Amino acid sequence: MNRVVEKEYFSEAVVKLVVEAPRIAKNRKAGHFVIVRVGQKGERIPLTIAGADIESGTITLIVQKVGVTSIKLSNLEEGEFITDVVGPLGEPTHIEKVGTVLACGGGVGVAPLLPIVEALKKAGNKVITVLAARTKELIILEEQMRMHSDEVVIMTDDGSYGKKGLVTNGMEEVIKREKVDLSVTVGPAVMMKYCTILTKKYDIPTVASLNTLMVDGTGMCGACRVTVGGKTKFVCVDGPEFDAFEVDFDEMLLRLNSYKPSETEAYETFQKKYRKA
Amino acid sequence: MNEGLLEFLKREREQEWRLELRSNLKNKERTQLERNHMPEQAADRRNKNFTEVNEGLSEEQAMLEASRCLDCPKPTCITGCPVGINIPKFIKKIESGEFLDAASVLKETNALPAVCGRVCPQEVQCEQVCFYTQKLNKPPVAIGHLERFAADYERNSGKISVPKISNKNGIRVASIGSGPSGLAFAGDMAKMGYDVTVFEALHEIGGVLKYGIPEFRLPNKIVDVEIDNLEKMGVNFVKNFIVGKTASIEDLQKEGFTAFFVGSGAGLPNFMHIPGENYIGIYSSNEYLTRINLMNAADPEFDTPVLSGKNVAVIGGGNTAMDSVRTAKRLGAERAMIIYRRSIEEMPARVEEIKHAKEEGIEFLNLHNPVEYYSDEKGKVNSMKVQKMELGEPDTSGRRRPMPIEGSEYLIDVDTVVVSVGVSPNPLIPQSMKELDVSAWGTIIVDKEKMQTSIPDIFAGGDIVRGGATVILAMGDGRKSAAAMDRHIKEKVRNILSLIKEFNTIGEILDFAR
Repeated sequence: MNRVVEKEYFSEAVVKLVVEAPRIAKNRKAGHFVIVRVGQKGERIPLTIAGADIESGTITLIVQKVGVTSIKLSNLEEGEFITDVVGPLGEPTHIEKVGTVLACGGGVGVAPLLPIVEALKKAGNKVITVLAARTKELIILEEQMRMHSDEVVIMTDDGSYGKKGLVTNGMEEVIKREKVDLSVTVGPAVMMKYCTILTKKYDIPTVASLNTLMVDGTGMCGACRVTVGGKTKFVCVDGPEFDAFEVDFDEMLLRLNSYKPSETEAYETFQKKYRKA
Repeated sequence: MNEGLLEFLKREREQEWRLELRSNLKNKERTQLERNHMPEQAADRRNKNFTEVNEGLSEEQAMLEASRCLDCPKPTCITGCPVGINIPKFIKKIESGEFLDAASVLKETNALPAVCGRVCPQEVQCEQVCFYTQKLNKPPVAIGHLERFAADYERNSGKISVPKISNKNGIRVASIGSGPSGLAFAGDMAKMGYDVTVFEALHEIGGVLKYGIPEFRLPNKIVDVEIDNLEKMGVNFVKNFIVGKTASIEDLQKEGFTAFFVGSGAGLPNFMHIPGENYIGIYSSNEYLTRINLMNAADPEFDTPVLSGKNVAVIGGGNTAMDSVRTAKRLGAERAMIIYRRSIEEMPARVEEIKHAKEEGIEFLNLHNPVEYYSDEKGKVNSMKVQKMELGEPDTSGRRRPMPIEGSEYLIDVDTVVVSVGVSPNPLIPQSMKELDVSAWGTIIVDKEKMQTSIPDIFAGGDIVRGGATVILAMGDGRKSAAAMDRHIKEKVRNILSLIKEFNTIGEILDFAR
């Protein structure tokens, strides 16, 4: 049981939770994630750690309401408890000084990108961050990103904030302007796919942080398997970060939809219940 | 069997009550008794529910079965038991109607008798070396069924005995993993007076007993009673804690843990690496069973989903494959198939599981091997290509090697596939301890007698050492580790004491400690 000590709404659909987890706070590194379960009948889902405070023994999770579990999680108030939190899991991000890094985050993928940007900047890189979302309300963590980036480019689909266009438009502008040595992409699978097509065109090494389905998160079940360089890899123990050029994003996109009908059903049942209550 | 043990068993056998029991019935009469049949749910009923298949022997049946045992002067059955249960003694306690005493005898050497009585492959252990099997060519004494009977009787009586605990010695030790090896280790260490903490990565204690073995073979409540018992013995359980991630071994050493037992199990599921294996609806048996057993995915009240269709193919021939295919049948599969590349005789599953599966309407496609999977436009598996096999010369395992028959491929409609072709060791612990010696397969290398790893304070057992074995072998490893760790710690203490004697003043000791 882990207590929620602070809650903040970034938008109606995106919530920041600061959660007591002293050991995880102490041992986590950029790129690590946790598995959480809400309620005795809850499922286990992975969430990347967006930040941590060793002093207060807390970690920061950023949750977008997309399904049953993320909604249950978002509904927790300060002082309430998450049933289970386990981690930190996965391999940490490989951090080194490479020169100029183009960090691209889409939607709630900006949350896991933040600690990576922080670490890359600390290692002496020039970091240019591109944040993208459908609309202004969904741009999150802009201030924190500005603190750790040399430059922040904001892209919205509807042009309500920053520049109008997709993440790839913002990236291409930077790439055409200056030499980029590494690109990091975190966000929806389809976004990462197109980011990778672009960076491949310019031959810029790219790392993608994958957000597959998981159950145990410790290498036991294989729900998270993806094809990387023609081989089956487990995101939970081999990842979550991989050489994006080698990732079979199309297969990953299909697998992410494994439970779409039943999840939609579950979500509707849940909404009905929730409305009644 | 060593002389000392034999001598001990002989003395026990000469006790008044044993002599009297033996005189009650002649051996000739005993051997004429038929082996009692385990009552079970009817196959066409049980293949639609998750209630336990075996219903347990009645008191009369158990006493009758116990009287088949000849109380041999050289009880070979004990040599077949990985944890060395005093088999004739517990059976004779049953024959004399002292069922609670029988349970106590079991618990002297086995922390989880109700579990072992259900899941041990007795036919290749104790029952294989029973006098009946060896010399009379008759069905062996139903040792497994009797073990289950005694453990269940004790649990149902509400008079569960908590084993005697030696005086607390204040030494903290940890088990990494709460599966069968960790629980057996914890039980023995607690009995010896150690302060034991068991760390578990998942949100439930029990490891494979919870996430792996289904309700119809091993109900969770039975596992929970055994865990409760360990708690009563003073064992601490910590869930959601991954040693090597949540805290390192060094962190735990600083917090006062003196020695560790690694029983982290066989993690990574194996796949066959054939085309289409990552399509939707294709699971590892670990994932399929975890979703259903641990996460209750088949119950609509729970959030975790599972895809379990009408045509289910399970690839493999082990106990996990049997558990998966029988689960699929219970979840409404019209065709639940085992696809195994060897013949039925070579299947590693327990004989009883294969028999039960057949009775429940499971189809066995033996000498068949999957070649490729196909999917619909959404990536969901809808058929598979299999190839027929024939048996060639024996391979290194001594089993005849299956050889593909050219041109024998054909398609089978499937909407769910469960791949159950073994597991590889969980890499988390070895990854987090670079000095730990690990084999090419990723298993932790130990001294076979002591179960000690290349790091003297760390012991290991179960699937992380064996790569994939049985509950009882894991428990045997846990027990061996406990005994060896106890000796190791005591030796360490003796060394420290002898060192201290070499100092002249307390100041010198403090200097040294600094």
